[in-house]
Amino acid sequence: MERMFKPSILVFAALFAATWLLAKFGGAWFESPALAWLMEYPKSWVLPLKDYVSAAMKWLVEDANFGLFTFTEFTRAIAWLIEQPYEFVRAVLATGFMDGVGRRAEQIVPPLSWIAVTAAVVALGHYAKSWGLAAIVGLAFLYLAVFGQWESAMITLASVVIAVPFGVVGGLMLGLLTYRHKAFEAVLKPILDLMQTIPVFAYLVPILFMFGFGPVSALVATVIYAMPPMARITTLALQNVDPEIVDFGKMTGCTQRQMTWKILVPSALSGLMVGVNQVIMLSLNMVIIASMIGAGGLGFDVLSSLRRLNIGGGFEAGIAIVVLAIALDRLSQALAERSTTYAPAPAKTGLFVRYKRSGVVAVILIATMALGFFIPALQTYPEGAELSTGAFWTESVKYLNINYFDQFEAVKIFFLNNFLLPIKRFFLGIPWPWAIAMLTLIGWKFGGWKLGLMNLIMATFIAATGMWEKAMITVYLCGASVIIASVIGIPIGIWAALSPRAGRVIGVVIDTLQTLPSFVYLIPVVMLFRIGDFTAMIAIVAYALVPAVRYAAHGVRHVSAELIEAGVVSGCTKWQILLKIRLPLALPEILLGINQTIMLALSMLVITALVGTRDLGQEVYIALTKADTGRGLVAGFAIAFIAIMADRVISASARKAKARYGLD
Amino acid sequence: MAENIKLACRNVWKLYGPRAAEFLKANPNADLEQVRQAGFVPAVRGANVDVRDGEIFVIMGLSGSGKSTLVRCMSRLIEPTAGALFFEGHDLRKASEKALIDIRRHKMGMVFQHFALLPHLTVLENVAFPLTIQGQTKAKAAARAAEVIELVGLGGREHYYPRALSGGQQQRVGIARSLAVEPELWFLDEPFSALDPLIRREMQDEFLRLQAMLKKTIVFITHDFDEAIRLADRIAIMKDGAIIQVATPEELVMNPASDYVEEFTRHVPRDKVISVGAVMQKGAEGAGEGLRMEGKIADIAEAVVSANAPQMVVDSAGKPVGAIDPETVINVLIGRVR
Ligand SMILES: Nc1ncnc2c1ncn2[C@@H]1O[C@H](COP(=O)(O)OP(=O)(O)O)[C@@H](O)[C@H]1O
Ligand SMILES: [Mg+2]
Repeated sequence: MERMFKPSILVFAALFAATWLLAKFGGAWFESPALAWLMEYPKSWVLPLKDYVSAAMKWLVEDANFGLFTFTEFTRAIAWLIEQPYEFVRAVLATGFMDGVGRRAEQIVPPLSWIAVTAAVVALGHYAKSWGLAAIVGLAFLYLAVFGQWESAMITLASVVIAVPFGVVGGLMLGLLTYRHKAFEAVLKPILDLMQTIPVFAYLVPILFMFGFGPVSALVATVIYAMPPMARITTLALQNVDPEIVDFGKMTGCTQRQMTWKILVPSALSGLMVGVNQVIMLSLNMVIIASMIGAGGLGFDVLSSLRRLNIGGGFEAGIAIVVLAIALDRLSQALAERSTTYAPAPAKTGLFVRYKRSGVVAVILIATMALGFFIPALQTYPEGAELSTGAFWTESVKYLNINYFDQFEAVKIFFLNNFLLPIKRFFLGIPWPWAIAMLTLIGWKFGGWKLGLMNLIMATFIAATGMWEKAMITVYLCGASVIIASVIGIPIGIWAALSPRAGRVIGVVIDTLQTLPSFVYLIPVVMLFRIGDFTAMIAIVAYALVPAVRYAAHGVRHVSAELIEAGVVSGCTKWQILLKIRLPLALPEILLGINQTIMLALSMLVITALVGTRDLGQEVYIALTKADTGRGLVAGFAIAFIAIMADRVISASARKAKARYGLD
Repeated sequence: MAENIKLACRNVWKLYGPRAAEFLKANPNADLEQVRQAGFVPAVRGANVDVRDGEIFVIMGLSGSGKSTLVRCMSRLIEPTAGALFFEGHDLRKASEKALIDIRRHKMGMVFQHFALLPHLTVLENVAFPLTIQGQTKAKAAARAAEVIELVGLGGREHYYPRALSGGQQQRVGIARSLAVEPELWFLDEPFSALDPLIRREMQDEFLRLQAMLKKTIVFITHDFDEAIRLADRIAIMKDGAIIQVATPEELVMNPASDYVEEFTRHVPRDKVISVGAVMQKGAEGAGEGLRMEGKIADIAEAVVSANAPQMVVDSAGKPVGAIDPETVINVLIGRVR
């Protein structure tokens, strides 16, 4: 093993050096017309795949007919089905019920008052866990009211409220089917893999095409986005049910339905609830992003502020999103925990005592609604009493920009010249056939011929669809961000593992960072650094940092205590223990963390298209604004393929590292 | 097939690995070496078992010897690779899904090593669960459940959740739950192995008490030979998936089929296993009012040794059949038998 390994490292080092030399000095060579095709994939060779896709989509929407109904009728029916509950919840939370249309519409029933909604979440917080949680969520909702974000927040919340049941039930069903039928798993697993790596904007395009601009499109996209993790977690949770319990169910003579609903699902509940929490947080994330196709709410406020460079407005809406995200996360986690701590049943008591909380909320609801007709402040938080932090943010950013412009600019230019541009030149300087060959080779080395073949096909797809240059810009931006994220994140993770006190603080911070919708990260950086690759990089680093920290901390923390003791006994210093024992053994985990960082970076990359990058993300974004399905999907697949290649190669090497250390 | 046989296994095989059935068709008498060579995990190899009505049939073997697999083949939780199964004379392997569900609902019960209680149900709900699965009304199921809970000595804890109970108590719930439907055939897969030794003994006594009352047909799995000896009417010893001897505890001790079996019996207190009839001098005359021939040596040792003379032995009808002398008793006590 050892002997085989050394030469192959040398070979790879040599190949890398050759690639670097090619990229650096090959430029002049490839200028000759005979060799130019090596640098730039010839236009005449491009497979017009996106045109085919667009044509197919057009046919689907305009001509497809299933006999009894057309495709368009089908999508309209779905839209109608989703729209009804959505309109209702939106009316209840945000707009009230209207009579008539347009300007002359008159509100006949007002929405729930801000006091009633806040009281309801406070009661829920208390029910789920404690007065502490009740205070947190209560303050969060008060913040939304006092700082003038109420209506937008309620519109966002309405979308989440509708999307979550669809996502949970849909994911649960898919997960159950996967659990029951091996064949179904074989079909579904690659689709789920792909759906988790295709950037969200890419499937916004066909959805937009089918359902039109508006909240329905946004909801469909949200459900599609949030469902795969639920399906995955469901399958996993069911497979982890104690086999004895499954045997017990069979021995009791359960039918398949009884088995599912009386044995499997209740036994897997704690795992399933993790999935529900995920669906909630992913839905929120997507509802914000889907403001691009008409979701409205807080996401729309951020988007329009970003477009107008309205600093104050962007920050206000962004903070409102953060507040809402934290409240929803804490609440759903507490509810999840509560649902699986089976406590002794309380003694039987009177109706009112048992439903005390609901009763109080109902009373507040009715009282504010009735009194609201006379005292409007009870119904809608009075505009006059609203506070705005907008001016504060605008001033702060202006102050920073005026007084520290040179410093910001210097940092930006330094990074651009010494870090980003060299990496960019390197990737853009590699001839595409050479790069494809390298990718194939790397795949083959780490994962055998299957992975090599997969890399070959995927890389060729990217070149053949004419996406090569944009893909290289994607790889460069993603690579640069991942390097920075690792350089910052891994040491923080190690620190968190070595010092319990720092570990606790870091844990809370990264937990919170992880709940924030990706959109939020754009706001501060764009205000300080305006648009461009550097801005994109900072936003990506901020978003993708968490797994680098988390996995490094986990890896270092879980090195076996015996090995550490052995090190101490043989007289290692602290540093030697860290460098010689902890880090090498934590390497597989750290690799997996980097893998996750890459995945997050790629998904964030698409969102940074908003700040003017020129990569595949931008391609998808343009496709979105032009509703060009083919263009969006092809670019989306290209991103997904990059993600899949990176994922498979890194996972395979992490597995190899684990096997080498005899872990697992 | 004899009337009083509840469950019969005929040449039952379970091999793990791809295309195991084909391999067995080609090599119906494959030995351990061949099976392993072919890359299969030999979980059960050619098991023949007759479980008689009303007996406690213990399957004993070390961990990994295939006990759980065999008992799961008996209830068809695991589909055997080959072989036949007869439950009350009916071919169990030909039973339809529906018939199987019916048999399991009404005629079989099972107790698991790690209890397999449903965490989201209270003790009462857990015990009532099999009844509600059958479609009984809540009230009826709860009434019956309360009865069985009382029977296993857990009265007063009906509304606890499993996690609030100790291991022994949890297994009592498991036992109660499997008894609620009044099964005719009762499988217990290492029911006491996860419990502390003291609790284990207590549970064994409890189990014998219950069986004296209920007279079920029982297949009891254990890896503990002492437990097997204590509980069994008959014991099957398993090794590497094969059953190497089926016998009463006494026969096992007196005539172990191989060195492997003998190794287990070596530390068994013989006086508690060997009966008077097995070591008496047939036809000899003795004093006293007659010792029962099926009594264990441990029970009569004191009397014979202190009398210091051969004592008369009688059969169950009270007819003299021989005598036992103090020397024989002492030989048994110090382990010098055979
Ligand atoms: N699903 C399975 N796949 C492969 N091998 C199995 C499986 N289940 C059990 N085995 C193997 O079959 C043998 C018998 O297992 P088991 O019946 O659980 O033994 P016991 O209950 O006596 O400890 C063991 O070697 C075990 O590893
Ligand atoms: Mg077992």
